[in-house]
Amino acid sequence: MTDSIQTSDVPVPGQDSVPGDLMSKFDGLIAERQALLDSGVRDPFAIVMDEVKSPTEAVIKGKDTILLGTYNYMGMTFDPDVIQAGKDALDQFGSGTNGSRMLNGTFRDHMEVEEALREFYGTTGAIVFSTGYMANLGMISTLAGKGDYIILDADSHASIYDGCKQGYAEIVRFRHNSVEDLDKRLGRLPPEAGKLVVLEGVYSMLGDIAPLDQMVAVAKKHGAMVLSDEAHSMGFFGPNGRGVYEAQGVEGDVDFIVGTFSKSVGTVGGFCVSNHPKFEAIRLACRPYIFTASLPPSVVATAATSIRKLMHAHNKRAHLWENARQLHGGLKAMGFKLGTENPDSAIIAVILDDQEQAVMMWQGLLEAGLYVNMARPPATPAGTFLLRCSLCAEHTTEQMIRVTEMFRAVGKAVGVIA
Amino acid sequence: MSDRAAITETVTGLIQPFNKKGVTLTDATTFAGDLEWDSLTVMDFVAAIEDEFDIIITMNMQAEIENIGQLIDAVEKLKG
Repeated sequence: MTDSIQTSDVPVPGQDSVPGDLMSKFDGLIAERQALLDSGVRDPFAIVMDEVKSPTEAVIKGKDTILLGTYNYMGMTFDPDVIQAGKDALDQFGSGTNGSRMLNGTFRDHMEVEEALREFYGTTGAIVFSTGYMANLGMISTLAGKGDYIILDADSHASIYDGCKQGYAEIVRFRHNSVEDLDKRLGRLPPEAGKLVVLEGVYSMLGDIAPLDQMVAVAKKHGAMVLSDEAHSMGFFGPNGRGVYEAQGVEGDVDFIVGTFSKSVGTVGGFCVSNHPKFEAIRLACRPYIFTASLPPSVVATAATSIRKLMHAHNKRAHLWENARQLHGGLKAMGFKLGTENPDSAIIAVILDDQEQAVMMWQGLLEAGLYVNMARPPATPAGTFLLRCSLCAEHTTEQMIRVTEMFRAVGKAVGVIA
Repeated sequence: MSDRAAITETVTGLIQPFNKKGVTLTDATTFAGDLEWDSLTVMDFVAAIEDEFDIIITMNMQAEIENIGQLIDAVEKLKG
């Protein structure tokens, strides 16, 4: 979460803090982490992949491990065409651009990847940023200026909150996924003020999806523009894989789509696409676009190739959804408490009672040869501790069976399920 | 009853369900120090205040509010 009425869960200095030491504010965090490590568990936030064998397998501390906690939804990272495009770009354009997109940092493949995005999304405009985080930071802080309002979901990603903080607009938040709460808050704002409603297709902690069709209709009723972050849906929601907004049929009413190359595309970078006739002006005004180096040529070349392949990845898409249904159904049948009633997305969150249970479960799975994400407050909603599984189109049915059995064995050992 | 007294009564009434420690509420009572609310409690509480008075307390405004008196001032001003 972020700035609000002053709360008690901000970092506090410890007893032995030295006056004037700015690092003292982290004493509480340091102590909490030490207490966790002293309990004998491995540090969940210090995992090193020594070897990566495929989109779904790595070696961690000498052990072959199935990866079920990456955002490699479409398994594009080892695609031979994608890798070749990157190698060719390295050979032809070198290792980096040494400059901003605005000055010397726009090469052939930056233009090529923006063209690929326009084709993928069917839009007239596409702007590439150096990360997905910076795409949200840049778009939100640049679109909404002084006197404008940003209306955001309470469970929004940190990059959305930070985009709000970076700018000068008034910030209003509504209860997660509540159409009624959004409607009420929009209704209380000055009718003439500029308004940007920021939504996400898939919320990444619990894997739940937004009722975008209803929310976008409410936003339009109040004269607001809409930005939807489709980071966790690209490639496998909607007829063309554009995202939840496409799947729910509101393509015509979403003004800006933000996305990332670090998930389904399989590299790093962020972007925004739009049909707004003045969209290109963002390049002239957006600080996170201007004041940073552009992506290396090999990265944009791999992204362009991957995006074009994702347009036709119908079999992968179908297999990803099969995997989601298989894992969700298996875990639910065993008695695990899950973040969503149905397999709504490629993220399946297992909700646990507390930090200790979450860490025990996480470590047990890792020792058995399975990596999942552990997530804790403040990243999670409502103070929950959870293990987040994200599926890949390259997970085999056999791997999914092994994953399910590991959850059964460890869940029983830790006492999460009977 | 004056406007401010009425607002105070409503605000303290809305605080009570979240006042787990039974702290005596005055204008000087702070949300972080005295009530020990975390950010999630604040989120729920602010939404309840907004709906009760049919106002918006933007996050920009919330950042300036530390105690009950300041919240009542803000509500009074926003109700206009």
